Amino acid sequence: MAKKENIKKETAKSSGLPEDTIEKELSILNLGPTHPATHGIFQNVLKMDGEIIHEATPTVGYIHRAFEKLAERRPYNQITPITDRLNYCSSPINNMGWHMTVEKLINVQVPKRVEYMRVIIMELARIADHLICNSVIGVDTGAMTGFLYIFQWREKIYDIYESICGARLTTNIGRIGGFEREWSPKTWELIHNFLKEYPKGLKEFSNLLERNTIFMDRTVNCGPISADMALDYGFTGPNLRAAGVDYDVRVATPYSSYQDFEFIIPVGRSGDTYDRFMVRQEEMWQSLKIIEQAIKNMPKDQPFHANVPDFYLPPKEEVYNNMEALIYHFKIVMGESDVPKGEIYHCVEGGNGELGYYLVSDGGRTPYRLHFRRPCFIYYQAYPEMIKGSMLSDAIITMSSMNVIAGELDA
Amino acid sequence: MSQEILDKVNAKLKEKFESGIEHAELPYDFATFTVSKEKIHEVLSFLKSDPDLNFHFLTDLTGFQTEDEKHLGVIYHLHNMVKNMRIRVKTFFPMSNPEIPSAVDIWAGANWMERETYDFYGVKFKGHPNLKRILNVDEMDIFPLRKEYPLEDQSRDDKSDKMFGR
Repeated sequence: MAKKENIKKETAKSSGLPEDTIEKELSILNLGPTHPATHGIFQNVLKMDGEIIHEATPTVGYIHRAFEKLAERRPYNQITPITDRLNYCSSPINNMGWHMTVEKLINVQVPKRVEYMRVIIMELARIADHLICNSVIGVDTGAMTGFLYIFQWREKIYDIYESICGARLTTNIGRIGGFEREWSPKTWELIHNFLKEYPKGLKEFSNLLERNTIFMDRTVNCGPISADMALDYGFTGPNLRAAGVDYDVRVATPYSSYQDFEFIIPVGRSGDTYDRFMVRQEEMWQSLKIIEQAIKNMPKDQPFHANVPDFYLPPKEEVYNNMEALIYHFKIVMGESDVPKGEIYHCVEGGNGELGYYLVSDGGRTPYRLHFRRPCFIYYQAYPEMIKGSMLSDAIITMSSMNVIAGELDA
Repeated sequence: MSQEILDKVNAKLKEKFESGIEHAELPYDFATFTVSKEKIHEVLSFLKSDPDLNFHFLTDLTGFQTEDEKHLGVIYHLHNMVKNMRIRVKTFFPMSNPEIPSAVDIWAGANWMERETYDFYGVKFKGHPNLKRILNVDEMDIFPLRKEYPLEDQSRDDKSDKMFGR
């Protein structure tokens, strides 16, 4: 009520009209749950004064699927498909993060070659993730071209996934201990082709948007967040780096041999939409660099999986001819592999930031408790504060530049 | 490295708080502290504000139920990005009185995480500005992640696990 009075007074002052002739109130706008501009199921109840947002109340949980409860009943190898559906734009990172968590719990060291293969696939996933996010910022600012040009490269990455594991979006790639099979020559060919041709595509995309005046006018100073506030709100990943904090899990607590690779963590300064866009752009270049290094330094003559018979399915010909293999096969398929008691927090740098797995095992075949630290869920709560006082159309691009993925938000 | 973090934080906490630090351990190389419910807010704000420890980042906050189904817990993962130190702080309290002070005044990011914990475990965070359900529907009257609510309908017997003795 007090707010309304204030607005009235201000309007009277600015327009020069007597105060009692002014009737003004905030209108309420439901942005979502299904709105074509929000790319997913997000609802924001906005209190608006004309086109200026005064207050936003996000409602989340529209695609909540109770993953944490589901995980308490599933054997460890059956939880991988659940993790696919968190951030479905970069499922392989989620899969690998989960495998590494379980490997940490059962104390398995995978061969260096597997770690490098994982790095390749995770960086490809990061490219796919950032590529969607950045091209969608273009779409929301009215530049469809970039999106149409760049999207073929995501398809090429999906082709690579497909040749490794048979799936494209919800990949379920890799196994606890390594990969399900050796990568075929075709896979390597696809990766090499991608590495050769993608830089051209990305360059073209950069030329379209990075120094484009119209694009910069729309994105610079749009939805900024300071480094202090970002840290207070638990930001991680590109959104935190855009605010100027050089925190990257790959460097801070290296996993999967990331310490072997040379790359730069790009940081922004103002944490606005343009900085978030630029950080993601640069990260794609860095990912390419990492993949090249991984291919170049890939250890030879090492297996593609660790020796963990309790979790890694034996090859079929052995199952049919060998008693032990048959027993292990049965144990794994029926979900009868026990794990030690323990409590673990493992985190990986997902597409959106620190993706954490907090796992408590009571020694049984399923986790006692599994909690996913989902970066989206944590940083999306700063959204109302970031869009306060901005225009509706700025709110839309702020959301797409934060890369809020519904699956990760709602778990 | 983790042992050093454990010793350092433990010494600091022991020095500052006479009681309340119930347990300090190192499961899987991760410094873990169990703090009594009465002291949790003080301990957390001390961990954040102490210039030497400087756990300025709340990585994660989540709920937990003990195996006897009589206690609930809240688990905080804190991070000092400058020195790259991580610790875990746990607190447990009986289910009959699931009330602990909110950490929203320490980290703004605790807001939704506490709402999520309330939503799934029914932990009441005292002082939270807007403690209501977040992922589940508002009309829900149970706290679904508690072990008393099994995943599948227990009256079904066609999906029994008895064969494997579990």
